[in-house]
Amino acid sequence: MKQDKTLLSFLNNNETRAIAFQVITLLIIAFVIYSGISNLMFNIEAREIHTGFAFLSNRAGFDINESMITYTPEHSNLQVFYVGLINTLVVAVVGIIFATIIGLMIGIARLSNNWLISKLAGGYIELFRNIPILIQILFWYNIALLTLPSPRGSFGFFDSIFINKRGIYVPEPVSEPGFVWVLIAFVLGIVLTVFMRRHFRQKHDKTGVHTNTLGYTAGLIFGLPLVVFFLLGSPMHLDYPSLQGFNFKGGRTFTPEFLALTFALSVYTATYIAEAIRSGIEAVNKGQKEAAAALGLTQTQSLKLIVLPQALRVAIPPTINQYLNLTKNSSLATAIGYPELMSAFGGTVLNQVGQAVEILGMTMAVYLVISLCISLLLNVVNKKMSIKGR
Amino acid sequence: MAIYESQELRKPPISQVGIVRWLRVNLFSSKVNVGLTLAALYMLYVIIPPMLGWMIFDANFNFGEFSFLGFEFGEIMATNDNCGRAAACWPFIYEKFDMFVYGFYPRELVWRVDIVFALAASLFVIVRLVRNYKYKNKVLLAMIIGFPIASFFLIGGGVFGLEVVKTHQWGGLMLTLVIASVGIIISFPIGVLLALGRQSNLRVINFFSTIYIEFIRAVPLITILFMASFVLPLFFTGGISFDKLLRALIAITLFQAAYFAEVVRGGLQAIPTGQYEAADAIGLNYVQKNALIILPQALKISIPNLVGSSISLFKDTTLVLIIGLMDMLAMVNMTANDINWLGRETEGFVFVTMTMWIFLYSMSRYSKKLEVRFSTDHKN
Repeated sequence: MKQDKTLLSFLNNNETRAIAFQVITLLIIAFVIYSGISNLMFNIEAREIHTGFAFLSNRAGFDINESMITYTPEHSNLQVFYVGLINTLVVAVVGIIFATIIGLMIGIARLSNNWLISKLAGGYIELFRNIPILIQILFWYNIALLTLPSPRGSFGFFDSIFINKRGIYVPEPVSEPGFVWVLIAFVLGIVLTVFMRRHFRQKHDKTGVHTNTLGYTAGLIFGLPLVVFFLLGSPMHLDYPSLQGFNFKGGRTFTPEFLALTFALSVYTATYIAEAIRSGIEAVNKGQKEAAAALGLTQTQSLKLIVLPQALRVAIPPTINQYLNLTKNSSLATAIGYPELMSAFGGTVLNQVGQAVEILGMTMAVYLVISLCISLLLNVVNKKMSIKGR
Repeated sequence: MAIYESQELRKPPISQVGIVRWLRVNLFSSKVNVGLTLAALYMLYVIIPPMLGWMIFDANFNFGEFSFLGFEFGEIMATNDNCGRAAACWPFIYEKFDMFVYGFYPRELVWRVDIVFALAASLFVIVRLVRNYKYKNKVLLAMIIGFPIASFFLIGGGVFGLEVVKTHQWGGLMLTLVIASVGIIISFPIGVLLALGRQSNLRVINFFSTIYIEFIRAVPLITILFMASFVLPLFFTGGISFDKLLRALIAITLFQAAYFAEVVRGGLQAIPTGQYEAADAIGLNYVQKNALIILPQALKISIPNLVGSSISLFKDTTLVLIIGLMDMLAMVNMTANDINWLGRETEGFVFVTMTMWIFLYSMSRYSKKLEVRFSTDHKN
C-alpha cells in the first residue's frame, strides 16, 4: 500500500511528468524526422535524382536578361545563384527606398489639416492595402506590356530617355580613370562630417553656443566630391541610348519586370509604412507639444527635439518589419519572371536540375539570413531607442 | 432719459459661416494648403475622368436582349470585335462570370457550390440571431464543426449519391474561399498549441516551437509552397500521393499556424501572472488552467489581431496560382485565352481586383470594429 503511494506520487510529480512529456515529444520528432529522411533517401534513389551540391558548378545553359554581374549561359549554376541574390537585394533596396519615401509622404498627408489631402491619403491606404500584392504586380506588369508602344514608336524625352514595351532606357554614367578619387572624396566628406558634428556638439555642451551645421554638412558631403570632380576634369561621361535596328543600344535599361515589381512592392508596402508613421505621430502625447511650446521652443525645434524622437520610437520597429516583408514579397517576381533569387535559382535552375531539396534549402537559407540580419538591426534600434530609465 | 433700443445683431461675415468657412478652414487655410488642394484637384482631374470613362461611360454594357413586362430591352450581346479596345467590355465578364466564380467545376453541378455559399451567408445571420440564446455556444460549436464538413461533401461529392468532383476541377473564387477557410480553421488550433509551446517551461517543447515559428516567419510563403509541391511527396512512400490542392493546403496551413501562434502568444503575454498563480493555487492542472482560465482571456484579446492575420492569409491565397492551381487570379489569363475573347486581360484584372478588394476591405472594417468592441483600455 505504502509503495503504491510513493509510486503514485512519483507519477504525479510535476518534474517527472515534465521530463516524460519532453522525452516523448523528442521521440516523436526524432521518429518523424527519421522516417521522413529515410523515405526521402529511398525516393531520391528510386527516382535517380542526384544529391549533393555538385550541380552548382555545372553549366547553367540559359540566359538571364538582367544581371548586375557578368553572366552568360556558359556560367555555372552558382553564378545564377549570385545573380539572383544580387537582383533580390537590388529590388529590396530600391523598393525600400521608394516605399519609405511614399510611406512618409502618405503618412504625413494622412494627418494634414487639409481635408482633401488627408482623405486622398486615406483612400490611397485603403485602396492599395486591400489588394493582394501578387495581383498588383501582375496588374502593373500587364498594363505596362499592353499600353506601351513598340521600340520604334517609343516615347522619347530630350532624346535621352526612352520608354517602350521593353522598358525604360536612360543615359548611363560611365566612369573614366580618376573617378575613384571622387568616391574617395565622398567617403572622406562623410567621415569629416561626423567629426565636425561631434566637435560642434561638444562646443554646444560646453558653452551653450548652438551652431547650424547644415551648411557644413552639405559642403563636405556634396561640395568636396564636386570640387574634386571638376579639378580632375570631369572624369565621367554619359552613355546615351539610341535606336539601332529594332532595339535600343547603350544606356541603362530598366525592364518592365523590374519596374512593375519595384513599383508594386513600393506602393503596397508604403501603405503599411504610412500607417506606422501616422500611429507614431499620433502616439505622442499632446502635452509634450504644449510643454515644448511653454518652454519657448520654436515649432521646428519642438518637432525636431520633442515630437519626432518620440514618434520614431513607435514608428520605426513596424517600419523595419515592413522592410522584411517587402524583401520576402520580392520572391513573387516568379510570377512575372524577373530573375531574382526565387525565380532564377529556385525556379529555372530547379526545373533544369530537379534537386529540390538542395535548391529550395539554399533559397530558404538566404531569406533566413536576410531576416536574421533585419531582426538584429531591429534589436539594435530598439535598444538604442528604448527609454533610458535612471 | 435716454432710450436704448436694441439693435439687430450683425450677421457674421460670409467668410465665417457655412460652406465658405468649411472651405477656408479645411482646404484653403494657408498658402501651402491652397497649393496642395489645387495640386490634389489636378491629380484627381487627371486620374478620375479617364478611369470612369474606361469603366463606365465609354464601356460596353450590351449583355444581350431580355424582356421585362412585355417590353424588349437591350441589344444583341456584344462580341470581342464590336466591343472596341479603348474601353472596358463588360459582356466579357458577364459571359465568363461562371469561370471566375467556379473555375472548371462542372456547370450542371454548380448548385452544390451555391448551396455552400448560401449556407455561409446564413451562418452570419444565425450568429447574429443567437447572440442572446441560452444554448448559443452549443449552436455555434455545431456550426463551426458542421459547416466545413457539409461544405466539403457538397463541393467534393462522394456521399449520398453526389457525383465526385475532382479537386483539379475546383477553381475561381470558390477555390480561393476554400483555401482561405481551410487554412484558417485548421491552422488555428495548431497555432494555439505552438503558442502554448513557445510559452512553456519545458525546454524541448519551447525550443522546437520557437524554431518552427521563427523559421516559417523568416521565409516567404512561395518557398514553402514550392517545398510542399516538390519535396513533400518525397517524404512519403508506398504510393501515398497528394493532389495539388492538398499540397497547397498543407503549405498554407503550416505557414499560417506560425503567424497565428505569434498572435496568440501576444495575447498570452498580456495575461497578468496573477491569473496563472490563481489557477495554480486552486489546484488546476496544466490543461484545466489553460483551457478554463488563460486561453479564454488570451484569445479574446487576440481576436482583432487574429482577424488581421486571417486577412493576410486571404491575400496570400492568390499565391497558389504560382504552383498551378486555378484560383480566381488564374482565371484572368485562362478566360482571356478564349479564342472569342482574346486580349481581355485588363477587364479580368479589374474584375478580380474589385472582388478581392471588396472582400478584404469588408474584413478590415470588421477587424476595426472588433478592435473597438474588445478594447478594454479607457482611452476616451
